[in-house]
Amino acid sequence: MANIDTINKDFADLFEQGKELLSNGSSDCMNKTREKAFVQFQELGVPTRVNENYKYTNLIPAFDYPYNVNLRYMEVDVDLNDIFQCDVPELDTNMVLLTNGWYYGNNKVLTELPEGVIVCGVQEAAQKYPDIFNAHYGKYAKPEEDGIVALNTALAKDGLFIYVPKGVVIEKPIQVVNLLRSDRDLMATQRNLFVIEENAQAKIIVCDHTLTHHKYLSNSVTEVNVASSAVFDLYTLQNQHLNSVILNSTFIRQDKHSNVLTNTISLYGGTIRNNHHVLLDGEHCENNTYGMYLMDNKQHVDNFTSIDHSKPNCLSNEHFKGVMDGEATAAFAGRIYVRRDAQKTLAYQSNNNLLLSDDAQINTKPQLIIDADDVKCSHGATVGQMDEDALFYLRARGIDEKEARQMLMFAFAHEIIEKIRVEPLKDRIDALVDTRLRGEISKCNTCALACKN
Amino acid sequence: MLSIKNLHVSIDGKEILKGINLEIKPGEVHAIMGPNGAGKSTLASVLAGRDLYEVTEGEIIFQGKNLLDMAPEDRAKEGIFLGFQYPIEIPGVSTVNFMKTAVNEHRKHKGLDPLTASDFLKLMRDKKALVEIDSKLTNRSVNEGFSGGEKKKNEIFQMAMLEPKLAVLDETDSGLDIDALRIVANGVNKLKTAENSTIVITHYQRLLDYIIPDVVHVLFDGRIVKTAGKELALELEEKGYDWIKEENGK
Ligand SMILES: Nc1ncnc2c1ncn2[C@@H]1O[C@H](COP(=O)(O)OP(=O)(O)O)[C@@H](O)[C@H]1O
Ligand SMILES: [Mg+2]
Repeated sequence: MANIDTINKDFADLFEQGKELLSNGSSDCMNKTREKAFVQFQELGVPTRVNENYKYTNLIPAFDYPYNVNLRYMEVDVDLNDIFQCDVPELDTNMVLLTNGWYYGNNKVLTELPEGVIVCGVQEAAQKYPDIFNAHYGKYAKPEEDGIVALNTALAKDGLFIYVPKGVVIEKPIQVVNLLRSDRDLMATQRNLFVIEENAQAKIIVCDHTLTHHKYLSNSVTEVNVASSAVFDLYTLQNQHLNSVILNSTFIRQDKHSNVLTNTISLYGGTIRNNHHVLLDGEHCENNTYGMYLMDNKQHVDNFTSIDHSKPNCLSNEHFKGVMDGEATAAFAGRIYVRRDAQKTLAYQSNNNLLLSDDAQINTKPQLIIDADDVKCSHGATVGQMDEDALFYLRARGIDEKEARQMLMFAFAHEIIEKIRVEPLKDRIDALVDTRLRGEISKCNTCALACKN
Repeated sequence: MLSIKNLHVSIDGKEILKGINLEIKPGEVHAIMGPNGAGKSTLASVLAGRDLYEVTEGEIIFQGKNLLDMAPEDRAKEGIFLGFQYPIEIPGVSTVNFMKTAVNEHRKHKGLDPLTASDFLKLMRDKKALVEIDSKLTNRSVNEGFSGGEKKKNEIFQMAMLEPKLAVLDETDSGLDIDALRIVANGVNKLKTAENSTIVITHYQRLLDYIIPDVVHVLFDGRIVKTAGKELALELEEKGYDWIKEENGK
């Protein structure tokens, strides 16, 4: 096994040797941010378990692998629009495709978007809309605090850019389909930037799919700025294969009176690490951070979250739930900061886990760092088996044991699904979770491409 | 219908039922009374198939079948219903879905097709009326946030939905005010036929003013120590359980 120094050195070499390819086509703003991030990466390196924040996720095996890295856009030899159809009947969305971290070159034009809304690749946005782009790019992510965020920023070339102008409401959710599709093992770097202006509203659904069975490492960073009184939803559906590693870092900044809901649902994947950072940077914000993970086999998921109350009178609700079977392992870290000025903060957090086997493991760690005195905070973590009394109650009415267990697991998970604010998506995820809990791999089985696999 | 012979039951190595004998014929109502801790709920749970309890000796025959070999769900489908002393709250499982699944499992067992959605809703409506239970309750998760009385009514509602051959009602009267008690008793009486039987577990005589038992048993320290007609309930009401305790040397 390679040691961490070799891994870090390989990235340094990649950066030096690929310098021209990296800067090519990227704007000055991106390249400046890149240079700085590279220096930060050299200091931090890929985080190891010595790092307290990565205590429960060993990234060395994930990185210790000769992946291919594409520093420029690779043409796709088929029309992804033709073969990829997410035909969830009632889920009417504006769909955009990304392949291996890049904005897909033949995306259909989204004709139903309101005036002024921009949906395009990051590279394109940096060139065409420098005023918006430069005002936000690299302003929320913190490469100085996390080696993989620094690595993403150093290698970032493309991803998705969404801009919703002041007062504009996008009724139909934007569905972002991240396709990992390669004929070789691949490391993908994706960098997204979503800018939601004052009083605007948007809902984004992100679906991660692996379309071939190669080993993937996907390192993505998403920055979101939600301006005052804006409403923003972000649903992330992680559904990949056992040979994939997902590193997904999200940084959300909220301005006053904004309302944000995120729901990160990990259905399937080899190793998943979600870094979820929220900064409540204006008064009277509401933040709802939800997540669910259903893990079995030797899957691993680590949700590392921080909610930073830096201004008074904000409310945050955080709730993650997990169902763990087989030899799966999970970690949850929930950090809540309440800064000195953030009086009248309400911050609630809980993490509940259902362990279905003796070998599954969960480490859960709430952490409240409170510097204000007039606040209401609560946190609670539970790790438990299925409620035998409830199971018996259902069986005593004639429901067989397997079905009774299924009903209870589903009820447990449903509390998180219920929080989805897009009705057809909720039904869809209910169905996916139901099949998943029945022990089947719940690919989006209505998705044409997945069926062909 | 039901025949219990020399039933011994332990939990964690401690013997709780110490040789129960009980015969119940179709159409009969039996009351089981006795002080707290006598083992009444243990008997009810063992009938329903709770595996927490270990049967160390004896047998239970229900309609010619060995009950102890059956899983709880199979006992239910054969016609045993336990009205729980402490009904469980199950957040996230809707009463409608719960009952639909249960009713259709019973139908499948009888070789019947599942009910259509509209037939099921009609059945729900009829049975709700029978126990005067509010739709507000049946639209919620099973027992979640219900008061004690509402939970007991919900048990009788479920019994009405499933139409058991043998209902074991464990302290269904506790926690009920007089109106609710009347409603619950009424429900039980309306569901009564010449074929089905009921075991009413209680330690107050009051319920037995409404549900008239054919036989009254006194369970004490894991044994049935007295069996008589309905007048025994009145005697117990008057004199309490102390004389039973004295007669049995405790
Ligand atoms: N789950 C249990 N674990 C240990 N002891 C129990 C359990 N359930 C019942 N018991 C004991 O068994 C005895 C009978 O209890 P129970 O059947 O509930 O009595 P009753 O319903 O007549 O009040 C009591 O001494 C009680 O403490
Ligand atoms: Mg009892």
